[in-house]
Amino acid sequence: MLRLPPFQYHRPSQVEEAVELLDRYPGDAMPVAGGTDLIPNMKHRLFTPGHLVALKGISHLHGIRVQGEELTIGACASLTSVAQSREVRTHFPALAEAAGQVAGPQLRNAGTLGGNLCLDTRCTYYNQTEFWRRALGYCLKKDGTVCHVTRVGRKCVAAHSADTPPVLMTLGAQVELVGPSGSRVLPVREFFVADGVWNSRREPDEIVTRVRVPLQPKAFHGSEASGEVSTRVRTGYAKLRQRGAIDFPLLTVAVAVALAPDGTVTWVRGVVTGLGARPRELTGWEEIAVGEPLTPEVVEALAERAGQQCRPLENMIQDPGWRGAMVPVYVRRALGKAVKQGGGGSL
Amino acid sequence: MSGHKSKSDCAIVGSRLRKVDGRAKATGQARFTDDLTFPGMLHGKILRSPHPHARIVSVDTTAAEAMEGVWAVVTGREMPVPYGVIPWTPDETPLCVDRVRYIGDGVAAVAAVDEDTALEALNRIEVEYEELPAYLDPQEALAATGDENSPFIHPPRKEGWNGNITKKVHLDFGDVDGLMESSHVVVEGEYFFQGSTHAPMEPHCAIGLWESDGREAGGLSTAGGWTFPEKPGMGGEPGKHEGNAPSVRGKLTVWSSTQVPHYVHRELSRVLGLDPARVRVVQPPVGGAFGGKSEPFDLEFCVAALSMKTGRPVKILYTREELFYSHRGRHPFHMTYRTGASADGRLRSVDARIVLDGGAYASFGLVTTYYSGQLLTAPYHMPAYRFDSVRSYTNKPACGPKRGHGSVQPRFAFEVQLDKVAEALEMDPVELRRVNFMGENTRTVNELRVTSNGFLECLDAVEEASGWRERWRRLPLGRGLGVAGSCYISGTNYPVYPNEMPQSAVQIQIDRSGRVAVFSGASEIGQGVDSMVAYVAAEELGVPLDYVRVYAGDTDFTPVDLGAYSSRVTFMLGNACLDAARSLRRRVQDAVAEFWACRPRHVMLAGGWALYAPDTERKLPIREAFQLAEAAGGTLGATGWYNTPKDIHGEYRGGTIGASPAYSFTAHVAEVDVDVDTGFVTVVKIWIAHDCGRALNPVLVEGQMEGSAYMGAAEALMEEQIFKSDGQGREGLHNAPSLLDYKLPTSLDTPELESLIVESLDPEGPYGAKEAGEGPLHPSIPAIANAIHDAVGIRMDSLPFSPPRVWRAIQEAGGPGALSKPPAPTRPKQEEVAHATTRR
Repeated sequence: MLRLPPFQYHRPSQVEEAVELLDRYPGDAMPVAGGTDLIPNMKHRLFTPGHLVALKGISHLHGIRVQGEELTIGACASLTSVAQSREVRTHFPALAEAAGQVAGPQLRNAGTLGGNLCLDTRCTYYNQTEFWRRALGYCLKKDGTVCHVTRVGRKCVAAHSADTPPVLMTLGAQVELVGPSGSRVLPVREFFVADGVWNSRREPDEIVTRVRVPLQPKAFHGSEASGEVSTRVRTGYAKLRQRGAIDFPLLTVAVAVALAPDGTVTWVRGVVTGLGARPRELTGWEEIAVGEPLTPEVVEALAERAGQQCRPLENMIQDPGWRGAMVPVYVRRALGKAVKQGGGGSL
Repeated sequence: MSGHKSKSDCAIVGSRLRKVDGRAKATGQARFTDDLTFPGMLHGKILRSPHPHARIVSVDTTAAEAMEGVWAVVTGREMPVPYGVIPWTPDETPLCVDRVRYIGDGVAAVAAVDEDTALEALNRIEVEYEELPAYLDPQEALAATGDENSPFIHPPRKEGWNGNITKKVHLDFGDVDGLMESSHVVVEGEYFFQGSTHAPMEPHCAIGLWESDGREAGGLSTAGGWTFPEKPGMGGEPGKHEGNAPSVRGKLTVWSSTQVPHYVHRELSRVLGLDPARVRVVQPPVGGAFGGKSEPFDLEFCVAALSMKTGRPVKILYTREELFYSHRGRHPFHMTYRTGASADGRLRSVDARIVLDGGAYASFGLVTTYYSGQLLTAPYHMPAYRFDSVRSYTNKPACGPKRGHGSVQPRFAFEVQLDKVAEALEMDPVELRRVNFMGENTRTVNELRVTSNGFLECLDAVEEASGWRERWRRLPLGRGLGVAGSCYISGTNYPVYPNEMPQSAVQIQIDRSGRVAVFSGASEIGQGVDSMVAYVAAEELGVPLDYVRVYAGDTDFTPVDLGAYSSRVTFMLGNACLDAARSLRRRVQDAVAEFWACRPRHVMLAGGWALYAPDTERKLPIREAFQLAEAAGGTLGATGWYNTPKDIHGEYRGGTIGASPAYSFTAHVAEVDVDVDTGFVTVVKIWIAHDCGRALNPVLVEGQMEGSAYMGAAEALMEEQIFKSDGQGREGLHNAPSLLDYKLPTSLDTPELESLIVESLDPEGPYGAKEAGEGPLHPSIPAIANAIHDAVGIRMDSLPFSPPRVWRAIQEAGGPGALSKPPAPTRPKQEEVAHATTRR
């Protein structure tokens, strides 16, 4: 069995205490919730913090509830609880589905929504043991100077591989962070940056405390001002992976679409991830679809538009050409789920 | 058939029973090797090569040895005696002496107070390497000329030979070219079988304990003074003790997660220069093996050597990553087949060329090279057959035996070939297989003796259960059925090292309490062998099953069995146990007959009683019957043994390889669903019919059938033991040495499996039993390939049928829109032909 490096384990019961601990050991402390990402990474010597600050004992970080015009999910809510939550399933079935497709049941019981947001990027040249990486000569992301994927680039292209963020992005969700200088709120779509080494705006001494999803996604997309009460928002999620469980996504597509009573699209969002360091918001969709009914031709045009924007790299062992070709297929599937969805949030 | 008891005459055999160790394993009570600890036990770790091919210039262990908590370091140069599980190809040493041959090859080992200290010590061992060009492609390795700058992977076996060749086999039976030329149809195809590893749940683990008798160096000192031999010790060829009786005194015990305690025993003794009578190998319960624990591994030698150096028990447990490096899994095969048939579908000629990608060491490779051709000649009659196989060394982890050793790969190619022949002749592929059935009590073209043969019943069973006649070629596009057949050995007539001694043996001792102790040399690796011997002993001696204790897997108190491989155990150990149990039963019958003044044959032992057969109201508790026998003839004990027929094989070089006392037969029908947009193949269901001779416990037979079909489906759809290329960061680095990246089906990916047991009652098997552990894997892969063809009309001739590969094949065929079902045969069924050829 792989050995963990030694560390001191702290169990604060308050957010402030956790932040204080992270602040006390700069560069040598990391927060841990379910540990399903961090612990294997530590066994691989990708991280060797001297201090782990456990977040699960902080009651403030738990709970899923509707508060006013938004659904709030504590960062330490387990992925199982997100997948099974009545509120989540009612309002955002795609979020429940995405959470329910992470890994397997035991890992979802341990893993949390906050952890899924902060999941480290993944790459075939990175998620390996110390022995393997030494034989490789290490890589740009950790201990080395070369990216073996691009061979020339100075930028890490390890893939964002989390299931729930793309759905949260389509829904205009926000993430709350608390650090030594106080708390701040960021839209999830601005939480990620295109750097595989550290792909979020979270500072190492900050912790994610809550995720807030507006019940009316429109409010966060100023482009449509109408806001008729009869507009229906539907969400869809499609994940490409080789097995029916366990695997990280090779590609995921999250879509959210609002339809007017006559069936025409009033707004639409799509996010693709599993390819590069940051989830990609698909562009040009509104021009194609707004004002149109979701006919097969419109769906095909959206799928094609998505396909043009995605160029998978060999950061995973599976054939990148195939992964690229699957983008339009999975866009079609995600949109198909959204359209079929009976229980979509009604606005 | 022979005089086997009928089903109704058996009390236990044939019943649906639990495994005797099932509860302990299911509830966590079983203690595997890593569960064992000893006072003062040290932990060992092995330093592994980061280079695919390099000379070792120097190894400096000073800094590691100076660390606090480090007790000893051992290097390859201290154990230079080469070994190999096949005595003709001893090409490896416990740790590398002067050359590393793959990324992961062992170089040195450390024993320390705990694992973390041992790992830190590995970092402090300085190894200077001189890198050499690596051979990753077998074709390139075979074409190499080998020079000082780019030496062969091993020294050539003879001057002027290519040192990258382990073995070449060319065998020719009948007029291959003539019959091919006169065939009505000749199908030619190229196939590639990707390598796969065993992935048992339990990683390899070993503990060594050296108990000195105080008369030699070693003991509680790391100061050296210990010298391991440079020549093999006494454990070499039996009867060939070369007079150099080792001076080493003491006793070595090694606990190991192995499926071959006997071979581990032999090689430990040879390599470490110990008198084999002073070596004990214990095999605790094993958490899966599948062929991946069927030869000695570096850790067994290292724990022994480190314990001899320190006088303390030393444990080494592999990481999951190390399993992918130690490997010995299924060889990648590059295969070309030509198959000629007459217009009525009868095979005329088969011609095969095979390149085996062997990895860095020979392992069982000599046998694999023979098996690649020898085991293809049943269940179909083949008038002419030729195969030309060559095994190449490459700078990758060594390949070896995995469930269905050496014959799963050619079976894939050949059964797809048969599908193509049937298509060319517009025949139903089930019918094609039926007309080619070889019959029972016959010889194959390469002179293997085939006795019982239930292949036709297997074919009938899967055809019927799958609704083949109504559904094949008639399911909608994307859905398909495929069929395939196979045969496999029930052990080999000739053991791995030549000897005339029994292949398997037990010792049974009966207590006056009624308790029956069976001392079994065989290896329980989850397949149910301990249960099997308990059933046989209980059946013969008339005791309740829980009166039987099976003591197994310890070379100090069980007779030799050669190991749990080549599907030999039920046949051989079952017969050995019958032998011992029946001799004891006779003693009990005689004693009771004397007491009752009746004929011994009228005394029945069953269900905890001795019964008078003509009037079963007259009976004695079995305990009292045993006491009568013990009083009459002394302590009740007996040995029993089995040896294979040695006079039945072809009279040609290699003719003994593939010879088995009995062959099992299997047929599968697989149903698949192909997602034409993504390339995902879902195996919906596999119908598995298997002729196991007789099911001693149908539950265990079904378990083997299901497990085999699952494993085959996994190899068909997902598994790839592959390596990075030069352009991928590091040549020869394993692509996916973890259970996250190396894909094995989860329960959600596992097809529905329906087992259909066929019982042909083999004349020589125990109660008629033959093997069930490996045969049922073979047809899964070609049946799935053939089903994909039925579903979407494309041929998948390379493994695995993973989504990207299937998607690319669909693209090459013109994309999803261009796909169509293959046409259904227009010819009438070959019923008459089938009847004419059925010799049953």
